[in-house]
Amino acid sequence: MTEERNLTCINCPMGCFLTVELTDKEITKVSGNTCPRGEQYARDEVTNPVRTVTSTVKVKGGVYERVSVKTKSPVPKGKIFEVMKDINKASATAPVHIGDVLIEDCAGTGIPVVAAREIMKS
Amino acid sequence: MKDYDIVIVGGGPAGLAAAAAAKKAGSDSILIIERDRELGGILNQCIHNGFGLHTFKEELTGPEYAQRFIDEVLTLGIDYRLDTMVMDIAPDKTVTAMNRTDGMFQIKAKAVVLCMGCRERPRGALNIPGYRPAGIFSAGTAQRLVNIEGYMPGREVVILGSGDIGLIMARRMTLEGAIVKVVAEVMPYSGGLKRNIVQCLNDFDIPLLLSHTVIDIEGKEHIKAVTIAEVGPDRKPIKGTEVRYTCDTLLLSVGLIPENELSRNAGVEMNPVTNGPIVNESLETSIPGVFACGNVLHVHDLVDFVSEEAKKAGENAAAFVLGKAQEESGQKITLHGESGVRYTVPSHIDPKRLSDNLTVRFRVGDIYKDSYVSVYYGDERVRHVKKRIIAPGEMEQVVLLKDDLLKRPELTDITLKIEEA
Repeated sequence: MTEERNLTCINCPMGCFLTVELTDKEITKVSGNTCPRGEQYARDEVTNPVRTVTSTVKVKGGVYERVSVKTKSPVPKGKIFEVMKDINKASATAPVHIGDVLIEDCAGTGIPVVAAREIMKS
Repeated sequence: MKDYDIVIVGGGPAGLAAAAAAKKAGSDSILIIERDRELGGILNQCIHNGFGLHTFKEELTGPEYAQRFIDEVLTLGIDYRLDTMVMDIAPDKTVTAMNRTDGMFQIKAKAVVLCMGCRERPRGALNIPGYRPAGIFSAGTAQRLVNIEGYMPGREVVILGSGDIGLIMARRMTLEGAIVKVVAEVMPYSGGLKRNIVQCLNDFDIPLLLSHTVIDIEGKEHIKAVTIAEVGPDRKPIKGTEVRYTCDTLLLSVGLIPENELSRNAGVEMNPVTNGPIVNESLETSIPGVFACGNVLHVHDLVDFVSEEAKKAGENAAAFVLGKAQEESGQKITLHGESGVRYTVPSHIDPKRLSDNLTVRFRVGDIYKDSYVSVYYGDERVRHVKKRIIAPGEMEQVVLLKDDLLKRPELTDITLKIEEA
């Protein structure tokens, strides 16, 4: 089965309009890119798109109410909302330090959610 | 309050980098004055990642990027005052500030580094007709509410302006369960980074309407709906293109303005294009010993360049107070931006005072494809660099070699131009 997907490259302000052709889910052609980075981007986006999710988690006993957090590495794009659900259920207790693991395995991705700022005790 | 040699006004990315650099350059008497309750400035609410690719070769979130500089400032033992507002900077560099514990106090500084950053263009500057109900926020205010205070401004959102903060907030509000109906941009192109358009809008199927603007706001107590219309090349609404969107929140991401009330009061000469001070090669304003860097000088897209610029300003401030600054030679070269180049920073240079090659930063007024950035020394074209794309949303730079400049003692004018192929 042949399929075509369209993307905008994010490597530079050009924002090339990329077209990826797939046959039986195998990439057969990437066009529209004007440099090799565009082709690599298109291949990554079509085969395994990933994003780092950043949000905040409630903090008890801290100088502030929320601590900003991030997934320690990028998670599959399709899992973003499941990751958010887990993040919104989590809470932390001050003090919190950058890199503290707040969720060990977020939404079954195997990827932890870590604190991205310092929160001192109130 | 004891006196300090260098007072740094603002403890955001510019202030932190300037302070650390001044200390490393030999000054032992530095005070950072910050009006917020913590150091780090606006980075603290920019919880998304993508900061620091140039500086640290990794992608950090805003608070993580800030913490690296805060740690450096703390390690270097630099003094700072939080919750403290600078009220006035006098032309003789007397800084008047106040806070709850010290009251009003004055510091007779030998050098001042302006690091106040910028603020968002408000609704009042836009002339949108309609009522003035609750529920209209600048994107940055919404960002602070969501990311620091933990409050959602609303559930049904329309965003006017496609600046980066607006795009980032479109994603952020979506992740927290809001429905972002549309982003309208009056210009035919977005001022935001490509990466943000793709990862903040396209990822969540949020439409971006270019050449569109809000022409009416409904709701007396709280916003109920907005009307969006297409605009023509004259940026005037086109009749018949109006579409009504119900919403409980309107976010504005319509530009940033350097915050220069203190600079103006001090008598610092301003550049009407950047709304920031006019500076020389040392990032020194028209008042000797008063330096400027970061978003108060000109609005940046990347914090990495703010840190880089602030480092120079901090080093130059230290050289000034330590009496190490190079004497003026009398040669003054004026930099001009023409055909597409809206401004340059710095505005003028004395080549003998350059410690190194000179980075000239500039912005263009339109999108240029397959064009050249040209540099003219007088009438002689010395640089002609092909660029695949140059866009208003991305700051550009050229590096001028110190040795080249020193070879031309008669040079009075340098011009940067965009030349089409």
